[in-house]
Amino acid sequence: MAVILDLLVQLCQMLIVLALAPLLTGYVRKVKAHLLRRQGPPVLQPYRDLLRLVRKEAVVAVSASWVFRVAPYLVFGTTWVAAALVPTFATGLIFSYAADMIAIVALLGSARFMLALAGLDVGTSFGGIGSSREMMIASLAEPAMLMAVFTLSLLAGSTQLSSIAASLQSPEIGLRISLALALVALVMVAIAENARIPIDNPATHLELTMVHEAMILEYSGRHLALIEAASNLKLLLYVSIIACVFFPWGIAVSGQGFGAYLLGASIYLVKLAGGGFLLAVFETVIAKMRVFRVPDFLGAALMLGFLAALLLFVTQVR
Amino acid sequence: MVLKGLLWGVAALLATGVLALAAARRPAKGILVYGLSLAVALAALVAATASLLAPASLGATSTLPLGLPWLGAHFRLDALSAFFLVVINLGGAAASLFGLGYGRHEETPERVLPFYPAFLAGMNLVLLAADAFTFLFSWEFMSLSSWALVMAHHRRPGNAAAGYLYLLMASFGTLALLLAFGLLAGPSGGYEFQAIRQAAPAPTIAAVVLVLVLVGAGSKAGLVPLHVWLPLAHPAAPSHVSALMSGVMTKVAVYGFARIVLDLLGPPLWWWGALVVLLGGMTAVLGVLHALMEHDLKRLLAYHTVENIGIIFIGLGLALAFEANAMPAAAALGLTAALFHVFNHSVFKSLLFYGAGAVLTATGERNMEQLGGLIHRMPHTAFAFLIGSAAISALPPFNGFVSEWLTFQAILLSPALPQWLLKFLVPAVGAMLALSAALAAACFVKAFGITFLGRPRIAAACNAEEVDAPSLVAMYALVALCLIAGILPAYFIDALAPVTHALVGASLPSREGLEWLTIVPVAESRSSYNGLLLLAFIAASAGLAGEVIHRWASNRTRKSDAWDCGFPDRSPVTQYTAGSFSQPIRRVFGTVVFRARETVDLPPPGETRAARLHVELRDLLWETLYLPAAAIVGFAAEKLNRVQFMTIRGYLTLVFSALVVLLAILAIWQ
Repeated sequence: MAVILDLLVQLCQMLIVLALAPLLTGYVRKVKAHLLRRQGPPVLQPYRDLLRLVRKEAVVAVSASWVFRVAPYLVFGTTWVAAALVPTFATGLIFSYAADMIAIVALLGSARFMLALAGLDVGTSFGGIGSSREMMIASLAEPAMLMAVFTLSLLAGSTQLSSIAASLQSPEIGLRISLALALVALVMVAIAENARIPIDNPATHLELTMVHEAMILEYSGRHLALIEAASNLKLLLYVSIIACVFFPWGIAVSGQGFGAYLLGASIYLVKLAGGGFLLAVFETVIAKMRVFRVPDFLGAALMLGFLAALLLFVTQVR
Repeated sequence: MVLKGLLWGVAALLATGVLALAAARRPAKGILVYGLSLAVALAALVAATASLLAPASLGATSTLPLGLPWLGAHFRLDALSAFFLVVINLGGAAASLFGLGYGRHEETPERVLPFYPAFLAGMNLVLLAADAFTFLFSWEFMSLSSWALVMAHHRRPGNAAAGYLYLLMASFGTLALLLAFGLLAGPSGGYEFQAIRQAAPAPTIAAVVLVLVLVGAGSKAGLVPLHVWLPLAHPAAPSHVSALMSGVMTKVAVYGFARIVLDLLGPPLWWWGALVVLLGGMTAVLGVLHALMEHDLKRLLAYHTVENIGIIFIGLGLALAFEANAMPAAAALGLTAALFHVFNHSVFKSLLFYGAGAVLTATGERNMEQLGGLIHRMPHTAFAFLIGSAAISALPPFNGFVSEWLTFQAILLSPALPQWLLKFLVPAVGAMLALSAALAAACFVKAFGITFLGRPRIAAACNAEEVDAPSLVAMYALVALCLIAGILPAYFIDALAPVTHALVGASLPSREGLEWLTIVPVAESRSSYNGLLLLAFIAASAGLAGEVIHRWASNRTRKSDAWDCGFPDRSPVTQYTAGSFSQPIRRVFGTVVFRARETVDLPPPGETRAARLHVELRDLLWETLYLPAAAIVGFAAEKLNRVQFMTIRGYLTLVFSALVVLLAILAIWQ
């Protein structure tokens, strides 16, 4: 019985992340538009975009190979699986033991690898510039991410997201400067990984500083829809990781009743809205960086991660 | 029994080498040599695997009346050598299979065939040796036979210099090992490993031995700063030999290090671990940065060997640090990570070198700036190279990820170490490891993307033909291993248990009692990974998405010109190149590490000549370490040159004074 319930929770989780991801993107866009005193597209616009793209025919360049056509499916599948393994409204996902935090980040790395290859596949310079910069940003973000994971693992004694969430809820952890530093580091990494301002601009299509959008320039139709869905999922995933690790309150634990799950789900929605709102505000008040300022930004994230770990050592937690 | 069989196998390989010399003019001798090598390597692989899986059969010894008359040649098969025998003979079998097809394109087979089986035999002998003399003799035999293979195409520009540097570094390394064994044996001269094991040296002696072994085995493995010969010599050999040298021979060096430091040298001190971890981290980052700057496909792969050796040494160093602090479970994790990476690296590096070899035979080109679009002409090679690239970039669900994940898990255990230096150092090395993994992914996007994707840049790339069947079989076998070791790592980790038990006295939790072949380094609540489940999920969700979209939305596809923002250019030179791909990383890291400088030569308005971008990279290690050393040696040789032209009186004085000095030293010593 318990197994069936866990399986159900896992299934719900897969569907919820898939269903909510475009909504989060639409919500962030809407808030940004309001902050700029524009009306902005409706919150549901990303769903309409996806639906329209899926129905269109896909245009594939003659020089493209199977990598170009397979990549969207693999990118989408990998990102979806990664997102499904992050506890959102409930821990105790039945398959969460398949991957810890490092493995989830590595799964996103697999998706990025395929996408970067697809960017090079057609043999245009736009695809190349996007792939090249995306891989540079990723290689800078990864050490910073690991230092944040290191701090969390030091505090929680685990890299399993549900264990981290459980142990950070316990009263003995409390508020720590290290946690704050790790939070800032992780947020900076998340901004870079999701191609948000100030690293990249998700709203542009024709600008030389663009990274992600240049890489997928040749895509159209259903392929583009899958890639868009994957990047929506990735944003949701990072917000969920941050919410699950740093704000674990309200997450339902396996074995609690239906009410706890419902409560967990509604609290999760509030967390998502909060995260999306903060992201929109941050993106509105900050300007896009030059591409070669990105190392400074992510270097700062790495240093914050280091500092968080060192502070923990100095204060001798355990 | 197994040991005897393995020794017979070595004898058979040596006989094959002699046979190749004898049958110099026969056309079919390539098939004969590679076929025999394949058979012997397969048999040895099966024997070694069987004895690793049935640990009761390990520990057999054998003494042959060879070598030094008062010592004899001792051989022993224990868990550590059995594991490395699996790695070496797997690589050897795959290389022989690849050679069956690839060797037909060889221009000078008489320079390759006699040395190839001898090289395999030498590597096997190193692993079986159980006394210092046999070990060093086999080590040098392995070095020299591989040197002969590097010099197979000695007329090509650069190869002679590469061979010279290799010979120099190999001799230097063997000298260091010789001194290390001399110190280990002590004044009593017990050169058998058993005798060395029982007489643990004093801490100062042990420290000197550690440094000597780091120099000796590290120079063979490619540890920074002793790596300079590797990216020159490995690519110079024929591709299947490059695969053997990069994927397999470096592992023999890792074996040498593990054998001496973890087995013979007695209980480690904590700073040994710190030293090895630091060297490993530096090696990993520097290796991958060099690889990113490199546009020669085979040399890029050789630099990645340097990187992966660094990752292996990080694991070994962690094992040493944990063992010194009496944390056997953590030490077993570090050692398992290192050994599993040894296996994985030998698989995917061999695979990638075969891919590079296939590209080389099909197009005659190693410079990837000239290639492109090969995926259309060589679909099988491209697929195999893609899987190898994903595996070496540590991407789940392939095998490279599992061993790097285990290394990360060992790093995450480091806060429990009592020494402050290690507490600070190991997380920093963890960040370096993450950096090198991410840079490796960037590098292989470049290597695969520029070589196989896009549009062909030269005519040879337009007309390339897929390689022959034996080569493809060898590649696909390794592709399968990359995937199997990635999704079923529990079996491989269980097979490593006897090795870690023998060296650090513990092992990882075995797969029994864990559901679904999950791997758990320490405890289930701490971390776990299941590649099989991930692969199944990814396949299911990607397949589901494809099915749903194709059935209910749209499955129409139109072929068209590239969009390229409305300005597509048909000329293939307008594509992104390898140089432009690595430019952002060169700007970020290269300005510091390589003192990279870009100068743009822009013609004035009205002039029609093309603008040029010059990139200048400097190898600081070469400039600060090797060039001064070469200058000192040159200076000394210049001065000593006078000794060659002395009168007979001068020589007699020299001899006499040397005798007096030696006697004086002896008198003071007593």
